[in-house]
Amino acid sequence: MSIIIDKNTKVICQGFTGSQGTYQSEQAISYGTQMVGGVTPGKGGTTHLGLPVFNTVKEAKEKTQADATVIYVPAKFATKAIHEALDANIKIITCITEGVPVLDMVEIKKRIIKQKTYFIGPNCPGLVTPGECKIGIMPGFIHQPGKIGIVSRSGTLTYEAVWQTSQVGLGQTTCVGIGGDPVHGMNFVDCLDLFLKDENTKGILMIGEIGGTAEEEAAEFILKSSIKKPMSAFIAGVSAPKGKRMGHAGAIISGNKGTAQSKINALQLANIAVAPSPAKMGETMLAEMQKGYN
Amino acid sequence: MNIHEYQAKEILKKFGLPILKGKSYNKNLETLSADIEDLNGPPWVVKSQIHAGGRGAGHFKNSFNDKGGVQVVFEKNEVSSIAKSMMGNVLITKQTGEIGKTVNHIFIEEGCEIDRELYLSLLVDRNNSKVMMMISSAGGMDIEEVAVSNPEKIINIHFTKYKDISLDESLQIKLEITKSQLDELTSITNKLLNAFTSIDASTIEINPLVLNKEGNFVLLDAKISLDDNALFRHPELAELKDLTEEDPLELQAAEHDMNYVKLDGSIGCMVNGAGLAMATMDIIKQFGKEPANFLDLGGTANKDRVIMGFKIIQSDPNVKSILINIFGGIIHCDMIANGIVEAVKELDFKLPLVVRFQGTNSREGKNVINNSNLGLIAIEDFTEAAKKVVELAKE
Repeated sequence: MSIIIDKNTKVICQGFTGSQGTYQSEQAISYGTQMVGGVTPGKGGTTHLGLPVFNTVKEAKEKTQADATVIYVPAKFATKAIHEALDANIKIITCITEGVPVLDMVEIKKRIIKQKTYFIGPNCPGLVTPGECKIGIMPGFIHQPGKIGIVSRSGTLTYEAVWQTSQVGLGQTTCVGIGGDPVHGMNFVDCLDLFLKDENTKGILMIGEIGGTAEEEAAEFILKSSIKKPMSAFIAGVSAPKGKRMGHAGAIISGNKGTAQSKINALQLANIAVAPSPAKMGETMLAEMQKGYN
Repeated sequence: MNIHEYQAKEILKKFGLPILKGKSYNKNLETLSADIEDLNGPPWVVKSQIHAGGRGAGHFKNSFNDKGGVQVVFEKNEVSSIAKSMMGNVLITKQTGEIGKTVNHIFIEEGCEIDRELYLSLLVDRNNSKVMMMISSAGGMDIEEVAVSNPEKIINIHFTKYKDISLDESLQIKLEITKSQLDELTSITNKLLNAFTSIDASTIEINPLVLNKEGNFVLLDAKISLDDNALFRHPELAELKDLTEEDPLELQAAEHDMNYVKLDGSIGCMVNGAGLAMATMDIIKQFGKEPANFLDLGGTANKDRVIMGFKIIQSDPNVKSILINIFGGIIHCDMIANGIVEAVKELDFKLPLVVRFQGTNSREGKNVINNSNLGLIAIEDFTEAAKKVVELAKE
C-alpha cells in the first residue's frame, strides 16, 4: 500500500507535446507509470509517444478514465490549466510549474478544498510510489520500495532524503514534494494524516524549511494524533538571514516569524527526531525505526 | 518586487484612496521651487525614497542636520536645500545595516495635522490561504514590536470576497473610532482590496493610517510589494522596478534564471535546488565556517549557468574556498562537471574547489573532475565534502 497513487493510477499530462512534457512523460513511462494520454490544445486526435493527444482535459478524462493529471505548461498558462483539470473533476492534480501567481492559488485552494482534490504543488517535484507510479521530475532510480513516507517542501533536498533512506535500507512507501510556494495544495498535515493511516508506512520523514508556520502546525497535529509512528525531520535554513527570499517564494523569514529554530523546537516538542545535518536524514530515520514508538 | 512610497501612492490614488498631494523627483530637483507653490503648506514633508523601513528614525552618512530620512519643514525656502542634501546622500536605517542606501528619489508631500495614528495592512495569510487585513490602533510603530508587546491590539480579518465588504461594528470600539469613521474605514478597506487584487499585490502596508484634525482618514505612508509571479500580466507595474535598489550580482543571477543571495561568510556555494542550497549552507556552518552566499543554479542548470555562477562567486573577495553540491535529476552530473572544468580553465580560477555529485551520472561526473588535472577535489560523501571545504578555507 501507499498513499494517493499506486500501480493502478492512470495519468495524463497537460503540456504533453512540449519539451518538458515530452521528456518527463518518457521518463514516467519507462519507470512504469500508467501514462494513458495527454492534452495539448489544437493537437487533439494525434498521437505522441504512442499515446493519444486530446484538446481538452474533459475529453481526455472521458476517453482514458484518467485519475490523475500532471501539469508542465508554462507559468502564464498554468492557472488556466489547473482550472481546466478542476472543471473535469480530476481527483489527483500535480502542478510542477513554478511561478503561479499567489492570488490565483488562493482561488484554486478554495476549489480544491470544495472538490476534495489531491492537489500537489505548484512549484514542486511531484510524487512517487516507488516501483509503481512516478508523477513528476524526480530521478526514478534513487527510490526503493520500502516503509518510509516522505513529505517535503523541497526538490533536490527530497532526492537527498530519498537516497539516504534507500542507502540505509529503509526504502519508501510514497514520497510527496508539496512545493515551495506560500499557498499550495496538499500541506504537511494532509500528507502526515494519510501516512499515519497507511498500514505499509512504518515511519515518516518530513523535510521543511524556513518561512511560514506549516512545520509548527504539523508538529501540533502529530502531538494530538492518536496514531503514532516513528518520525524524523530536517529543517533547512538554520544559516539563512532574515528578510531574504531563499529561492523558493515561500522560504523567507519575515521579522521573527518562520525561523528554522522555531520549527525545530516545535518538532522536538512533538517527539520528532530532528536530523542534526542534511547528511544525517537517513541515519536519524533509521535510529528512530530501531527505537520504535514508545 | 518592492516599489517606492511615491509609486505606491500614485497607484492607490487611482483607486480613490485618500492620499496627500505630493511631487516626486528622480535625481533632478530643478523644478522643485516652482512645484512647491502647488503644495499646501507649511508644513511640507521631505521624504527619502529607499526600499527600507525605519527611514524617519534613520540618519545620513553625510549628516547635514540632526534629523532622519523623513523631515517636516516649516520654511518654504528650506524645502529645496534639505531635498538637495538628501539626494545622492546615503541613508542608514535599522533595516539597511551600516552600509546604508543611496537616496536617488525624493518625495515632497503636503503636511497633515495628525490626531491619531493607526496601522493597516493587507497580505496573503499563508496559514489559511486567504487575503487578510491586519489593523491596529497602535500605528506609526513597528508592527512586529506591537505583536510582541501588545498582541491584543492587532485585529486580523480574513476575506473570502473582495467586494462590498462590511466591517463588524465591534471594530468601532476596538479602534476607538466614531460610526462615521467606521463607514469611512469600510470604504477604504473596499478600495484597498480592489487595489490589492487588481495589481496582484503580495502586501500593502499603510503605517501610519492617520486620523487628521478634521477626523478624516489619510494614508500617510504606503508600502506595496508586488507578486513577482504575476508581473507577466502587469507589464506597466514591472517597469516600476528600481534597479539601483537591487544588488547587481543578484540581478545578474536572476537574468540567468538563478537565485543568488550574498552573505558574509568565506565559503562559496553552488547548488542545484533551493532546499539543498540552504542545507549546504547549514552544514558548512555546522563545521564552523559561514557560507559566502546562497546560489541555486535552478532545476535546469547547464554549462553556461555554471560558468556564470563561477563569475558571480569570483566577484566576492571574501570567498576562500568553494563547495559545489549537485544532486543529479533532470540535470546530469557529467554535464555539470564539464561546465566546471571549462569554467575553471576559462576564468583561470585559483581558489580551492570541492565538488560533490550524487544522483544521475554522478560517477561519470566524478571521473571528469578527477581526470581534469586542475587540482579539483571530488568527494561523494556530503559530510566529508563539507568538512574538506571548511578545512581548505582555513589554509
